[in-house]
Amino acid sequence: MRAQREGSQAVALTVARCRPEVVCAYPISPQTHIVEGLSAIVASGELAPCEFVNVESEFAALSVAIGASAAGARAYTATASQGLLFMAEALWNASGLGLPIVMTVANRAIGAPINIWNDHSDAMALRDCGWIQLYAQDNQEAADLHILAFRLAEQLSVPVMVCMDGFVLTHAVEEIDVADQELVDRYLPPYRPRQVLDPKAPITIGAMVGPEAFTEVRYLAHQTQRQALTVIPRLADEFATVFGRRSASLVSPYRTEDADLVVVALGSVLGTLAETIDELRDDGVRVGALGITTFRPFPTEAVRAALRDGQRVVALERAFSIGSGGVVSQDLRVALAGMDCPLSTVVAGLGGRPITRPSLRQLITQARSAPGDPTAGPQPLVFLDLDRDLLAHG
Amino acid sequence: MAEPSAIPLPFAITLSAATSRSNHTGAWRTERPVYVDLLPPCVNACPAGENVQRWLYHAEERDHEAAWRELMRDNPFPAIMGRVCYHPCQTACNRASLDEAVGINAVERFLGDEALRQGWTVTPPESASGYRVLIVGAGPAGLSAAYHLRLLGHDVVVRDASPQAGGMMRYGIPTYRLPRDILDLELARLLDLGIVLELGRRVDDLPTEMADGGFDAAFLGIGAQLARRAYLPAGDSARILDALGVLRTVADGGAPLLGRRVVVYGGGNTAMDVARTARRLGSTDTLVIYRRTREKMPAADVEVEEALAEGVRIRWLSTIAYAGDGAVVVERMRLDEAGRPEPTGEFEQLPADSVVLAIGQDIDQSILSDVDGISVVDGLVQVGPDFMTGRAGVFAGGDVATNDRTVTSAVGQGKRAARQIDAWLRGQVMAAQQPRRLATADRLNPWYYSDAPAAVRPQLDAARRASTFDEVVQGLDETTAVYEARRCLSCGNCFECDNCYGMCPDNAVIKLGPGQRYTIDLNYCKGCGICAAECPCGAIDMVPEET
Amino acid sequence: MAVQRVKFYQTGSFAVGNRLLDPAMRSVQSDATRTNAITSGHRACRGCGEALGARYVLDAAMRATGGKLVTVNATGCLEVFSTPYPESAWQVAWLHSLFGNAPAVAAGVAAALRAKGRTDIRVIGQAGDGGTVDIGFGCLSGLFERDDDVLFVCYDNQGYMNTGVQRSGATPPAARTTTTPVEEQAPGNRFGQGKFVPFIAMAHEIPYVATATIADLRDLEAKVERAMQLRGARYLHVLVPCPLGWGTDASETIRIARLATECGLFPVFEAERGEVTDVNPIRHRVPVEEYLRRQVRYRHLFEPTRRDDLIARIQARADANILRFGLLDEKES
Repeated sequence: MRAQREGSQAVALTVARCRPEVVCAYPISPQTHIVEGLSAIVASGELAPCEFVNVESEFAALSVAIGASAAGARAYTATASQGLLFMAEALWNASGLGLPIVMTVANRAIGAPINIWNDHSDAMALRDCGWIQLYAQDNQEAADLHILAFRLAEQLSVPVMVCMDGFVLTHAVEEIDVADQELVDRYLPPYRPRQVLDPKAPITIGAMVGPEAFTEVRYLAHQTQRQALTVIPRLADEFATVFGRRSASLVSPYRTEDADLVVVALGSVLGTLAETIDELRDDGVRVGALGITTFRPFPTEAVRAALRDGQRVVALERAFSIGSGGVVSQDLRVALAGMDCPLSTVVAGLGGRPITRPSLRQLITQARSAPGDPTAGPQPLVFLDLDRDLLAHG
Repeated sequence: MAEPSAIPLPFAITLSAATSRSNHTGAWRTERPVYVDLLPPCVNACPAGENVQRWLYHAEERDHEAAWRELMRDNPFPAIMGRVCYHPCQTACNRASLDEAVGINAVERFLGDEALRQGWTVTPPESASGYRVLIVGAGPAGLSAAYHLRLLGHDVVVRDASPQAGGMMRYGIPTYRLPRDILDLELARLLDLGIVLELGRRVDDLPTEMADGGFDAAFLGIGAQLARRAYLPAGDSARILDALGVLRTVADGGAPLLGRRVVVYGGGNTAMDVARTARRLGSTDTLVIYRRTREKMPAADVEVEEALAEGVRIRWLSTIAYAGDGAVVVERMRLDEAGRPEPTGEFEQLPADSVVLAIGQDIDQSILSDVDGISVVDGLVQVGPDFMTGRAGVFAGGDVATNDRTVTSAVGQGKRAARQIDAWLRGQVMAAQQPRRLATADRLNPWYYSDAPAAVRPQLDAARRASTFDEVVQGLDETTAVYEARRCLSCGNCFECDNCYGMCPDNAVIKLGPGQRYTIDLNYCKGCGICAAECPCGAIDMVPEET
Repeated sequence: MAVQRVKFYQTGSFAVGNRLLDPAMRSVQSDATRTNAITSGHRACRGCGEALGARYVLDAAMRATGGKLVTVNATGCLEVFSTPYPESAWQVAWLHSLFGNAPAVAAGVAAALRAKGRTDIRVIGQAGDGGTVDIGFGCLSGLFERDDDVLFVCYDNQGYMNTGVQRSGATPPAARTTTTPVEEQAPGNRFGQGKFVPFIAMAHEIPYVATATIADLRDLEAKVERAMQLRGARYLHVLVPCPLGWGTDASETIRIARLATECGLFPVFEAERGEVTDVNPIRHRVPVEEYLRRQVRYRHLFEPTRRDDLIARIQARADANILRFGLLDEKES
């Protein structure tokens, strides 16, 4: 049903249509509206049978979801920022146990300094925890990705994070089509767990594994997650068939065909970027964008397929590895191995700083004019709109 | 629950149940638990060799017939024994260190009486051995030997000079301790096994009787029937009797003339019996004179206590220096450094209508005098460990061969002699029994036993006792008997309390089912020793593994 | 007292089994067909109290629930020694997640079962004292406060034994651990205020709180049975001596637990809705020294010089428990 609604509300409604059986909630901005929305739906009885569990921490939230999932229930929770980090240990555990939990991450910076606004530091910090990470460009995609995420998670027995930019998306009101229940039911079958706590068939879940098999466990986790690279496009196609609109897949190229420069980015900035590209194209500047929807597993082949030799690549990142550089860039560098695609990294939009069209225009213009010598060695890390006056006088 | 899909379980992190059983932790072990069966102190102390603990086990389960049958394996007279035995088992009982000894004797009596009430009998042997055994003397030793020999398949003939069977059980023990109907019933049950009893039949020439009767062996159980006469300076008119004679007269229905003031000289059970009998015959002033202290007194505590309760007075450290007409002169004694009594030279005259001597009995050697090979030393017929006298085929036991002088001891000797006779008849030698280790109190883990004081047997009111020969001590009712049996600690022998099974952290104790006890699964036993430490009755040893 | 004291003697009220009883009234552990929730081949140390405690609790719960039971286990000795790949010792449905989250995971299982309409299946969460009183404490309190339908069991061996005997919030004063060493000025663990989680559980006014030890099996089983009769958050705190960490002979595990209660240091009681409803009286009171002496972790109280001052402080704690709970019968007090 299409209507003007807040992104969080759209996600809450969509998650409800996925018929989760256990929802755990702990408040943290900016995901709070999602669980508030779900609590109202559960309280109304509309979603029965569903247990809404108010927990005492994010660590507990994910732990409750772990227990629920192991007991065969479709489990969901949402968090952000410090909350995600507080879950860290449980994140690895959920994926290690192969529990198909779906969690919304309303991306937000991490303190100190405490900052409630958007960037990707939280999810990026946990990129290696074994969860599939999907990043929504807009609220329609954010809502739709949850449907796909449940299907994907349960098919592979791997937990999935649906990342959406905090405030920028969660609190934005726009026209969003929340999928009809009937269609969701057609797309998303009931959860059939791969393993379940069942007194009639008592198994031991969560053994201790020593050096003799730990590598193999991790190898298999990697192989399983990589399967998502073939599964996601199929699910995306099926999604389009059922719901009549294309939502996310692995990557989303925008006007890259003849571009001599492609900006790679995740999340809501892709909208601003598209507008900027349109403007620049109107000026005859051949520039495109490559959105990465599926960040884990990293769609190496899809990225290579979307780019061509000779294109400059700018990774526009909302988080970075302090003391090193871009996070997405590292994966891109691996993906671009052997290609003639000079890569530079721009850190932007930290702690909620807006990424504006003028800034992007300036960035792209400068990047296109810089000498494109791939032998010039590593490029310095660029911070978009870095306020040097503030640094000088702060 | 959602059905798990057909996808296999996740590798390594999810395991199937109980797969640990392929890990044999028994390899860790340096010691292993071993179940043992130790000798319970009660069994060790029982002169009749009863497996006391075993029959109590059945009694606990209210399987009184099984208990009685277990008893009957060793002793044909449970009802008698439950009355006259001085129960050294109870003196030895480890429970005394917790609260009070188990009332074994009372349970035994209950079982004996129950058997008489229910008419339980022992089945005679189906096949005959072809051997004939002559038993001389129908007292406890002879009858016990006869019983066991009969059950072993032999023809048994019992001859006794007395008009009735029972020996000291009839002629020495007063009826207030052993009612004659009980005695008669247990004797009749025994004789029903096909034992030939010939009464009034004194055996004077054993070799001839054996030859004439075609006997292959004989057992002498003639007891010690002659009252010992100590030299006692006495006036002509002093009335001096012997205890055995008094008791026998009473047993035959007579009433010996003792007078009101009776002095009994001696400190054994017979002295107590005769003093208590004197009270019942009308003596108002019954005094026991004994040379040594109460601690040194050979009489059983229970007898002394009952005698005192009935008004008998006892004067310790005293001796009779002179017995005159209506009085005795008593000399006070004291103990020397070695604990022996010595005279003090202090005299006192006490009134006494009669003096009854209860200073021991001797055996009647007349039957033995002409038999080659039988020797008598210090008043006892000499026998080997196999109870055989110096004459082949002639065995002896009971008072004639020992100084124990109790019914229980005589019954035990009769049993053991019978088994030796059986072996000898069959040309076998009984294997010496392996000595069993004693189940000492320090092996017990008494925590597991509830505090439970002994049940008290009802007694006839003391005031009434002095005037009647009715039985003094009453039996236990069924509930109380079972309660008492359940006080048994089962020292040194598994009673299937499940502690080892329940407390093994490795589930390495396998329960084999009722009566079958347990076995250790050495594949998994790590040898922690909890089973042994927590075994209430000390029935598990930890034994080092051979490396 | 929850447990029906059975007045049979030779077979005792206190032994595991009692052949004189009707089979239905016998203890779970005496049953040849008990679940053996944790079975042979596990790698617990010789004489492990926790292995025993877990089997006692879960077997009793299996009987009480007719086998409809799932368990959630925190990280710790119990988890490590029972599930090293490829061998599991468990014969009940079992899940291990993390060290500090077992109460929350158990709550999640309970929520799932509720959502699925399978509240006939019951949930037990279990952890050592580290996973309960320390790292898992926040989650435990959440479980209590929400009154989730979970019985949470703490197997208290008074320290982090799995990691090599370090101090936990449940380590008693003066005990030596590898992080509370004994030096001249530092006699083992400090005399703090203590953290007795049963009291904290009672402060949540949950339906049921009980303490027990592996030395009184029938009492422990009765408490599990009682707990399984109730719904909502329930807490059972079981003292399980650790031969390794306490420095006791492997064969003494049960005896040590018994002495802990008989000296008064570990009160055995039960409470409903925050109120103590029953107390197990001390049968044969012993001074704390009887208990302390047998443990290497307290050896410094006796040698090289005897520390009467510290022994007296420990005795005072025992005395306070005895007074507080009325642990002595009239005749003994």
